[in-house]
Amino acid sequence: MKAQEIIRSIESEQMKQSLPTIYVGDTVKVGVIIQEGGKERTQPYEGVVISKKGSGINQNITVRKTFQGVGVERVFLLHSPRIESIKVLRRGKVRRAKLYYLRDRVGKATRLKQRFDRSLNS
Amino acid sequence: MSVGILGTKVGMTQIFDESGKSVPVTVIQAGPCTVTQIKTKETDGYMAVQLGYGEVAQKALNRPELGHLSKVGAGPLRHLKEYRLADSAQYELGGQVKVDIFEPGQVVDVIGTSIGRGFAGYQKRHNFRRGPMAHGSKNHRLPGSIGPGTTPGRVYPGRRMAGRMGGCQVTIRKLTIVRVDTERNLLLVKGSVPGKPGGLLNVVPAKQVGK
Repeated sequence: MKAQEIIRSIESEQMKQSLPTIYVGDTVKVGVIIQEGGKERTQPYEGVVISKKGSGINQNITVRKTFQGVGVERVFLLHSPRIESIKVLRRGKVRRAKLYYLRDRVGKATRLKQRFDRSLNS
Repeated sequence: MSVGILGTKVGMTQIFDESGKSVPVTVIQAGPCTVTQIKTKETDGYMAVQLGYGEVAQKALNRPELGHLSKVGAGPLRHLKEYRLADSAQYELGGQVKVDIFEPGQVVDVIGTSIGRGFAGYQKRHNFRRGPMAHGSKNHRLPGSIGPGTTPGRVYPGRRMAGRMGGCQVTIRKLTIVRVDTERNLLLVKGSVPGKPGGLLNVVPAKQVGK
């Protein structure tokens, strides 16, 4: 077996079979498994995908939301077992691959136009 | 004082552990190695086994090397490596050493050849500071003073200067084995190891200093 095939086979064991198609600009709800006093529970995190990075097992998304007037960004490894679920709530219409300009905006200016040509469940 | 294994670096990736944390791992295709010689106290004055790894074409080796290997009955092998042991009697000539000598969680040292950097300057080779880049400075990547003047009238030996960098033996100590794949002869080691993919590596149980 060649080197790349070996690595791909190791990675494919760990990768999730079904992930929704996520685009930059989408509003997503990510279910994160967190540990709380020896117990595990799922915590939802909702926000706008401002960046997609990596490929294969290292694929990750950056999700931004504004919480109590403070911008919060979290990076999620899509294939991590700690990510229980990802649901696309809204498709956004954007013209950039990275929406870092949203960091400089507050309030109404952070809104993204919705697009309807992409279905939510694919 | 225990046997290791020879292998080839395959590359790096990441896997998730039980708690869901992502662990960076290096994949090493190791063994199976053939025992090509057993050294004993009577014949050689010390105990060791010699392992061979990496099958090559017959014509790649010269006749003394082929002659040495023909005693074992193994095919032509590129790399031979000796491991000193407290007791070499448990090994037999022509026997195989596989990755199952290691188990997940074990701590190992990985020895390999670092990536060659060619003739490298002061900054890359010895982490010198660089000079100012602006305000008319012409001293960008120069070393500065390399010693006193008339007395002693020479540069002391050992002064760090530009020169060949890399391409030498490097040992990365205390790496943890994450997974052992006996079917495909793979070792997954946490962290990075010297050299490029395809390079020869020597994986040995971690050396305990001071014991």
